[in-house]
Amino acid sequence: MNTNMAVCIAVIAKENYPLYIRSVPTQNELKFHYTVHTSLDVVEEKISAVGKALGDQRELYLGLLYPTEDYKVYGYVTNSKVKFVIVVDSSNTSLRDNEIRSMFRKLHNSFTDVMCNPFHNPGDTIQSKAFDGIVSGMMVQTA
Amino acid sequence: MDQESGAASAGSFISLNEHEQRYYSGLHGLCQADTSGKLSSSKVAELFKASQLPPESLHKVTEVCGAKRLGYFGTSQFYVALKLLAAAQTGLPIRLESVTANLPLPRFVGLKNEPEMRYSTVPSCIDAQGAQCGSAPGSLIWTPTDRNTFRHLEAGTDKKEPWSPPRSPCSSPPRSPLTYRSYPYAKQRNGVDPQIAYESKHSSRPIVQLEQHSSPSKYGTKPTVEHPAMAQASSVERLEQQAVSDYTEDDPWRITEEQLEYYTNQFKSLQPDLGALILGAVAKNFFTKSKLPIPELSHIWELSDVDRDGALTFSEFCTAFHLIVARKNGYPLPETLPPSLRPGFMQHEEDIPDTHESTGPLIVFEDPGRRPNQMDPSIMQRLQPSLTSTKQDLKEESSKQDVKMLATSQDKVTLQLSAFPERPEPPQDLDPQMKTKTRPRSYSSTSIEDAMKKAEEPPTPPPRPQKTHSRASSLDLNKLFQQGAPGVKSGWLLPPPALPPRPTASQVSHFIGASEKTVQSKVQQPNFADFSHFREEEESSVKPEDQGPHSRFGLSTEDMTNPSQQDMTAASHNQPPQKPVRRKYLPESQNLETVPPPAVPFPPPAKTPQKLLPRQKREIQQAIRKNRETNAVLTRLNSELQQQLKVVHKERVTLESQLELLRPLAST
Repeated sequence: MNTNMAVCIAVIAKENYPLYIRSVPTQNELKFHYTVHTSLDVVEEKISAVGKALGDQRELYLGLLYPTEDYKVYGYVTNSKVKFVIVVDSSNTSLRDNEIRSMFRKLHNSFTDVMCNPFHNPGDTIQSKAFDGIVSGMMVQTA
Repeated sequence: MDQESGAASAGSFISLNEHEQRYYSGLHGLCQADTSGKLSSSKVAELFKASQLPPESLHKVTEVCGAKRLGYFGTSQFYVALKLLAAAQTGLPIRLESVTANLPLPRFVGLKNEPEMRYSTVPSCIDAQGAQCGSAPGSLIWTPTDRNTFRHLEAGTDKKEPWSPPRSPCSSPPRSPLTYRSYPYAKQRNGVDPQIAYESKHSSRPIVQLEQHSSPSKYGTKPTVEHPAMAQASSVERLEQQAVSDYTEDDPWRITEEQLEYYTNQFKSLQPDLGALILGAVAKNFFTKSKLPIPELSHIWELSDVDRDGALTFSEFCTAFHLIVARKNGYPLPETLPPSLRPGFMQHEEDIPDTHESTGPLIVFEDPGRRPNQMDPSIMQRLQPSLTSTKQDLKEESSKQDVKMLATSQDKVTLQLSAFPERPEPPQDLDPQMKTKTRPRSYSSTSIEDAMKKAEEPPTPPPRPQKTHSRASSLDLNKLFQQGAPGVKSGWLLPPPALPPRPTASQVSHFIGASEKTVQSKVQQPNFADFSHFREEEESSVKPEDQGPHSRFGLSTEDMTNPSQQDMTAASHNQPPQKPVRRKYLPESQNLETVPPPAVPFPPPAKTPQKLLPRQKREIQQAIRKNRETNAVLTRLNSELQQQLKVVHKERVTLESQLELLRPLAST
C-alpha cells in the first residue's frame, strides 16, 4: 500500500524555487512542473490566511490544494516555509487523507535528515540518495 | 579452463588458465598497483629481475607487451609481460605470438614473496586450496597467490602494503559480501562463476546489479544477501579457512586495529571525549580536508550518521572516516552501510584491545593507504554465525542472480561493492526502522518547532544570572558605578532610612581592599562593620594578593577598630554572600549609632596596588573610592548636622523651659 501513490512529488524552498521535483511518467514532467508552480499560489494563500490568526499553530498539512480533472494536488508546509507538494492521480480514489498525511510525514522526516547533513547547504537542490529512495517509494510504479 | 583475463579490459585478449590467473594477479598485487591501475615500475622491474632473464629480454618483454609504448605497466601489459617472461624462461622467442602458447608459470627467484609468507603462515588454507585445485606441487606454491589475488583484487586500487598479511580471500564471504571476491574464489573452487569480476581488476560490479539492489534498505532484503549466498554456495572450505586463518578478510569495510586507533586519535583531536559527539559543522570541516567531492561526502554522512542527529558519535565517526578512506582508495561508495561498519560492529571492535599489527602511517588524508586487516577471529566468528544463519536461503537465490548480473556487465568498473552493502539489509532492516521509530518526530503542527527546540536546547544553555560574586561582584560594582557615577551617589546613599553613623573611612578603605579581593577571589564579603571578622577574612583572602598593603590596612585600622567596634558590635554580623559593598554597607550601617570621626588614613591605602586588577577593576575601584569619599564626606556632614541638631534641640528645650517659666507670668 506504500507504493503506487503519487504521480509527482516536489519540494519547494521558501523562496519558491524548487529544491527537488520528481514525477513518474517522466515524459510529462513539464506539465507537472507547471502544476506545482500554480499550486504554489494556493499554498501561499492558505499560509497567509491562517498565519494572520495563529502563526505558530498553523497546521502543517494543508490538504487538498485544488483538484483538476486529471489529478489532485496536496500541499504541506513546514515551519521554515519549505513546501511539499504531492500530485496524485485523480483516478486513485482509494487514497485517504491519512495516507497523504503519512506521505508528507515521511517526506518531512526525510527532508530533515537531508538538512541535518552538514554537507548539505540549505537552498541547494536535494541530492540525497536516501531522500530519493523515500520519494521513489512513494511514487507510482510504472512498469 | 581458459578464461578471459583482465587484459580483456584493455582490449587485447590473452588466455590465461586458472593458475596463471591467480599467479598473475598475485604478482600484480605485489607490484603495488595504484588507483589508476598502473603498476609501480620499480616493483615491476624488481619482478623482472627476479625472473633471471637477461636484461635484453626484459627490455624486449617490456616493449612487446606495450608498456614501453604506454609508459607504464597497466594490467594487461603486466599480464602480457608475465606471459612473455614465462615464454622467455621456457626458451620461446619473446613475441606476442608466444603469449598464446600454453606456458608454465614464470618463475621468479628471490622475489620478496608474500606467497611464501602466506604459505608458511596458513598452511591449512594452502592445503585446502591445494587439494581443491588438485594441482601439481607447483600450484601449491601458487595457491598462496590466491590470497594474493584476492588481496590484490581488493587492493587493486589500494595503496596498501603488499607485504602486509594478505587478506585472504578465504575470508568469510558471508561476512564480506563482496561479490567480486566471492566470485573469484568461488570460481577457483567450483568454477561456478564466470571469472568476470575476477578478470577486471577493478572488480567490476555490474551497475545493473547495483541498481537492482539500490532500492532502499527496507526493500532490498534479497539482493543484499546474494553475495554471502554466493560465497556460501561456493565452498564450505572457505568457512573453514576463515575459521582457521587469522587473516580475516579482504573486507575493505572492516576496520583494522590500526585504523581504529588512527580514527580514535583523529576523533580525539576533534573532540577529546570519546563518548561525546562531533558536531556536524566540525565534522564537515574535517572531512572536507579529504578533498572528496561534496556530494560524496554528503553520501558518506548519510551512511554513517545512523541516528540522524546531525552529529557523529565515535563509531559513526569511524564509519565515516573509513568510508572516506575507502573512497580515496578507489572503492565506490556503497548504497547502504556495510555490515562491518555498522555501529553494532564498531562496538565490538572497540572492545577488542588494540593490537599494533604493523607500523607505518595508516591513513593520511592526502594519501590514504590501507593496512590489511588482521581481524580478530573472534570478530569473524561472531559475525559469521549471525550473518550466515540468516542468509542461507537467500544466498542461493541471490547467487544465481549474481551470476547473471555479473555476466552482463563485465566492463563496468565501479560499484564493486554494491552487493556488499546490500547484504547487510536484513539485519539492518531492523535498525533503521527502530531508529526511525525512536527518533522523536511529532507531527503536530509544531513538529518542526519541537525538533528545532530539541536541536537548540543542547547547544545553548540559558545564560544564568550570576548571583554569586566571584566576577559578578565586579559586575555589580559596575552597575553601582554606573548608577553612582552620575552623581546619584548621594541620592543612593541617602534614601535608606535612618542613616546610621557611617563606618569610618578606615572601614571603607578596608572594605575597598576587601572588595578588591572579593572581586578576585570568591571570598565572602566581609562584614565591614565587623572589623574582627573583616580582618580575618582579609587575611584569608589575602592569599592571592600581596599582603603588604592590606596588612597595612589592617594595622592602620586597628586604631579605628576600637572606637568603631562599638558600632561594629552593634552591627549585624551576618555575611550576606558577596553582595556589593554598598548594599551591605547601608543596612549594616543602619545599626550603627554614631559616626566615629571620619578622619583617618583613608585615601592612601585604598590606592594601593591595583596592579593585580585589570584596568576596569581599577576604574571601578577608583569609582568606589570616590563614592566612599563622598560617603565619608556625607557621613561627616551628617554627623555634624546631627550634632547641630542636638545643639538645636537643647536650645529648644531651654527655650521651652523658659517659656513655661514665663507663661504663668503671661497668663496672669
